[in-house]
Amino acid sequence: MVENQTQTAQQPSQAAESISAIDLKGVSKSFGPVQANKDINLTVKRNSIHGIVGENGAGKSTLMSILYGFYTADAGEIFVHGAKVKIKDSSHALDLGIGMVHQHFMLVENFTVLENVILGAEGDHLLASSKAAAREELTRLANDYGLDVDPDAIIEDLSVGQEQRVEILKALYRGADVLILDEPTGVLTPTEADQLFRILEQLRDEGKTIILITHKLREIMAITDTVSVMRRGTMVGTVATKDTSPDQLAEMMVGRRVLLQVEKTESKPGDKVLEVENLSVTDDIGVPRVKNVSLDVRAGEIVGIAGVAGNGQSQLLEAISGMFPPLLGEVRINGKKIEFSGAGVADEVRRMGLAHVPEDRHKMGLVTTFEEWENSMLGYEDDPKFGDGPILSVSNARADAQKRIEMFDIRPQNPRLKTANFSGGNQQKIVLAREMDRDLDILIVGQPTRGVDIGAIEFIHKQIIELRDQGKAVLLVSVELDEVRALSDRVLVMFDGEIVTELPPTASEKEFGLAMAGLDPAQQ
Amino acid sequence: MGFEDIIPLLNSSVRFAVPLLLACIAGLYSERSGIVDIGLEGKMLGAAFAAAAVAALTGNVWYGMLAAIFVSCCMSMIHAIASINLRGNQVISGVALNFLALGGTVFIGHSIFKRGGTTPNLPKDVRIGPIELPFAAEIGQVPFVGPIYEQLISGHSIIVYFAFAAVPITAWVLMKTRLGLRLRAVGENPKALDTAGISVFKLRYQALIITGILCGVAGAYLSTSQGANFSENMTAGRGFIALAALIFAKWKPWNALWTCLLFGVLSAAQIRLQGVEFPLIGEVPVQFIQALPYVLTVVLLAGFIGRAIPPKAVGQPYVKER
Repeated sequence: MVENQTQTAQQPSQAAESISAIDLKGVSKSFGPVQANKDINLTVKRNSIHGIVGENGAGKSTLMSILYGFYTADAGEIFVHGAKVKIKDSSHALDLGIGMVHQHFMLVENFTVLENVILGAEGDHLLASSKAAAREELTRLANDYGLDVDPDAIIEDLSVGQEQRVEILKALYRGADVLILDEPTGVLTPTEADQLFRILEQLRDEGKTIILITHKLREIMAITDTVSVMRRGTMVGTVATKDTSPDQLAEMMVGRRVLLQVEKTESKPGDKVLEVENLSVTDDIGVPRVKNVSLDVRAGEIVGIAGVAGNGQSQLLEAISGMFPPLLGEVRINGKKIEFSGAGVADEVRRMGLAHVPEDRHKMGLVTTFEEWENSMLGYEDDPKFGDGPILSVSNARADAQKRIEMFDIRPQNPRLKTANFSGGNQQKIVLAREMDRDLDILIVGQPTRGVDIGAIEFIHKQIIELRDQGKAVLLVSVELDEVRALSDRVLVMFDGEIVTELPPTASEKEFGLAMAGLDPAQQ
Repeated sequence: MGFEDIIPLLNSSVRFAVPLLLACIAGLYSERSGIVDIGLEGKMLGAAFAAAAVAALTGNVWYGMLAAIFVSCCMSMIHAIASINLRGNQVISGVALNFLALGGTVFIGHSIFKRGGTTPNLPKDVRIGPIELPFAAEIGQVPFVGPIYEQLISGHSIIVYFAFAAVPITAWVLMKTRLGLRLRAVGENPKALDTAGISVFKLRYQALIITGILCGVAGAYLSTSQGANFSENMTAGRGFIALAALIFAKWKPWNALWTCLLFGVLSAAQIRLQGVEFPLIGEVPVQFIQALPYVLTVVLLAGFIGRAIPPKAVGQPYVKER
């Protein structure tokens, strides 16, 4: 530990400006038939924040895992501070001063902050001395970088933002001077993300090198000095952030012009397809979640529900789609009332013409250990096109899956691949394809683009709008206000289980903000 | 029942508790590292046989002890290979070991000793005998405290003292040492260790070696200290009770001590209560009383200890890539 620190302290002073922190030359890595990284070259300058962008599945995380010694490259050379190295494992990477903050935190939940920080870097067989040393070091790091965390707090009790700090502290405690962060803001609130950026800037100013992996262009523009773009396992290019724009980066990421704005025409609302009347939902432990909600969705329009996560949107979706019976109230599809008693309500609701893309594709939308074609027909196995009676026609099902793969541009185009091996965007497309490629009257869709990359977002938005233009009704729930405003024809704002107001999508962000906080904008 | 009756009862409780406690602590190391160990029973049985057989053949009980530890560790390593390297189902691997031990001991025992699977009786000097603690006889004269020291604390075999010492040692190892920190971590979130540059495989192997050693000692205790020979299935489910005790103890060493002592008391009481006339009920059938510790296990486990949360990664093979 002590040696590491002296090393770190010396490096910047010794550093000839020309030597870069990290140099990758011709790095390749494949997993079976999938080539995750193809002949990658990358140079990361010292004392800089270097962004790596790319869509999900572009190979960013794999590349960084190679640098961190988690995977071994099939080919290529790695230079750290100008010296050629072969990184055998993570402890070797740590010795070289490379630390990583993973997307999913690598913390032991029931340990204290201190225990997590020293884990793997204890130094001595007995913990007492290393704990004392770590406590001192944590105080120093807290002072130097504003990384305040109570060393004796249990991880479970911390907020996500604080957990991330612990991850950063872990890396710094091990003497990292190159810090890799993999999608660090995915789990953070905007305020927490801002705090993180301040910390990263401070770290850079203190002589550290930061590599930031993300697919959010806004972050790249806000904080990085240099940005490298990856696409489908290859390095497309590296540019200085000040010389580029989000549009240019998006184009580099996807390989074609991307519309960051959604284009749509005026809606032509028709008859009422979905009617919800005085719906109230109480959850398993008796807490009222949805309070007396009434709404209707007409054919040919998209109705959005905006709101901060946890204000009853999930429960509303579950009730309408027949997954959880409401306490009171009525739901009608095409004028026909849904009977909430008995089993198989969700199935019955589907027969009535409702399709549901659930909020959480991993928990409700997919069985990730299934092959793609199995998920592609999940819930619709009774459809005669998949075979007669109890016998499933596997060949028909696979052919059908293949057809949808092409229609929805799902990649890789292989229905026999395990669903877990698809990227988030492609998994979401599998669910969308399954629910949309059938005769439906109303689509209920929750968080359609959560964890989905830009190219796929554009595609998914287009599909939803196309569905509307075919005269279908769409009820959209998303915690991304931008998304709700871009897609919806009308927006209902939900707060504390109630629909507080209806706003046109053109209303200002401030109006939405007030409504989402439970205040009536008309009264302000 | 007077004071004089209680000491012998507690004394036999201790003897019943010791193999449970050793197996329970053995299981604790394994499960804290994330490996389910249903095979405690089999390891103990294999070790009991090895100890009795080798002691009988060589005339030296310490060779027997070494053999017991060796056999138990070998079995533990089979479990390790199956569940760590081959990422097999840990429950099935454990069950397989239990059956292997059940059949294997009788088979090998019969082919060596031709006694239908039992080993010859060990003479007194080829057993692990009781140790008189210093001044036992003198302190025994002191009223009240004396008999406790002389009869309850003194006069057990070295294994008994070892078993009780294993509790504070284990607690200390878990909470105060590097190995303990890593063991606790690997059972909760092995990825956290792997990304910190520590080998998950190596740690789990270390844990299973410790499990093997402790099960070996437990087995040797049964056949060379508590008993004087090996007989078919002599562990009689102690491995499973130890596993229940482990859950009961919420995977904590001190709790394990109290739990195993409780089971020990129940087992001792069970023998005492056989044939005793109860007021109103009369004589309770032997089978019912014999079942008592097990019934209590179920009742206590089901309702009285609250939720026992196992180490989070227990039973899941560690796979490095997604």
